[in-house]
Amino acid sequence: MNSPLNRHRNIIDFALSSLLRRKMKNFSLLAVYTLIVFVIASLLFFVHALKREAALLLADAPDMVVQRLMAGRHDLIPVDYAEKIRSIPGVRAVTPRLWGYYYDPVFGANYTLTVPPKPLVEPGNILVGAEVSRNQRVRVGEMVAFRTSDHIPLLLTVKGIYPSASNLVAADLIVMSSEDFQTMFNLPKDRATDLAVTVANPRELTTVAAKIVEAFPDARPILKSEMLRTYDSIFDWRGGMMVVILSAAVLSFVIFAWDKATGLSAEERREIGILKSIGWETADVLYLKFWEGIVISLSAFLLGGLLAYGHVFFFSASLFEHALKGWAVLYPRFKLVPTVDSYHLAVLFFLTVLPYTTATIVPAWLAATADPDAAMRS
Amino acid sequence: MRKSDQFLFFTAFNVALFVLMLLHSHHGQAAAHVERQERIKLVRELMLTDLCLFTEARYTRHPSMADLHSPFQDHPLSLEHFPSGSFLSPPTPYAR
Repeated sequence: MNSPLNRHRNIIDFALSSLLRRKMKNFSLLAVYTLIVFVIASLLFFVHALKREAALLLADAPDMVVQRLMAGRHDLIPVDYAEKIRSIPGVRAVTPRLWGYYYDPVFGANYTLTVPPKPLVEPGNILVGAEVSRNQRVRVGEMVAFRTSDHIPLLLTVKGIYPSASNLVAADLIVMSSEDFQTMFNLPKDRATDLAVTVANPRELTTVAAKIVEAFPDARPILKSEMLRTYDSIFDWRGGMMVVILSAAVLSFVIFAWDKATGLSAEERREIGILKSIGWETADVLYLKFWEGIVISLSAFLLGGLLAYGHVFFFSASLFEHALKGWAVLYPRFKLVPTVDSYHLAVLFFLTVLPYTTATIVPAWLAATADPDAAMRS
Repeated sequence: MRKSDQFLFFTAFNVALFVLMLLHSHHGQAAAHVERQERIKLVRELMLTDLCLFTEARYTRHPSMADLHSPFQDHPLSLEHFPSGSFLSPPTPYAR
């Protein structure tokens, strides 16, 4: 049987035997190649899933948050700003928000304290995120001691713990009553952290924001679109850490391609010469080199992609944990919802498989077009 | 079995896993719907503005609420200190 399929099977057989003759070199090449694809694919999967989740979750964030700036920094906002903002045409509701940070000197962790607009807990009680409960080693019904700004202990009872599935938004949250919040920080009653503004028509948001800035020159409105944009630009390739990871991966590819493109070894050149002298055509030699390239690059792409998927969506991108954790004591462990963008996969395929395969074929083509006698003697 | 057949089976197996991966991610979206609705409810109920990704500094915990030029907030030469700050671009200032 001399069908094209059979011809290619024979060439693949020969290509695999040829690769196995240099077992150590090719297996280490495959391992490094797979590692590079794995790192890039992990990053792509992780960032895409995170951005998608941010877009879906923050779609229900406040339309606009109005902060007050004092000496270029965020300051508490007078609650009576709310009344004046509410009177701007198009504004449906203005809700003062109370939230802040608490550094626990015992466990060294930072928590976010927040007061819901509609009370969820009675004074003296709190709801905590899963990581706060783990960090403080508390369960429902137990008491936690916080220190107020006057250094007076404040004992609060844990009424509920948010499930770990909520970690992406609530890992470090402590939800408390406004009374406890005011006691905790000695907060003046006529002040709030910022104001959440709901606008009837989202298309009027920028007009309302402009009117707020006009009425209160010390105000800084932050639109929902800006919050979404913040998460759209997260893990931007220009970010410090991303540049380091991506440039390392790209550099490795360049070394691969350079190593391949700069030519064949004397042994490979002689092999091509022998093949041509026993009757192989130039096309057959090119097919041979094409399949050698495909065996390495396609296998690396498939293995790297699959390992990256498992790493990000089954093991919560645990290899990135140390970089993401930074100096934080409280690290939110969250499972991302699996999502794969076929566009990203296609880009990864064309960036990994094609350059390597091309870099394998080009020097082989140069050697295959040479005189077999000269190739064998070289 | 011929080496070429072994390679083709290996590749076919991996391609099948790749297809399963795409199906799993599609199925995962549907399966996570309930949990995601819970998170969305929490965002609405508590009027949250940010994801809890990095808790090490206030401008990395709430990047969208951060002061402008946050890494330089203490003094002009106070360069970025926290590792997670390098994953975040500076907040887009509201164009007045």
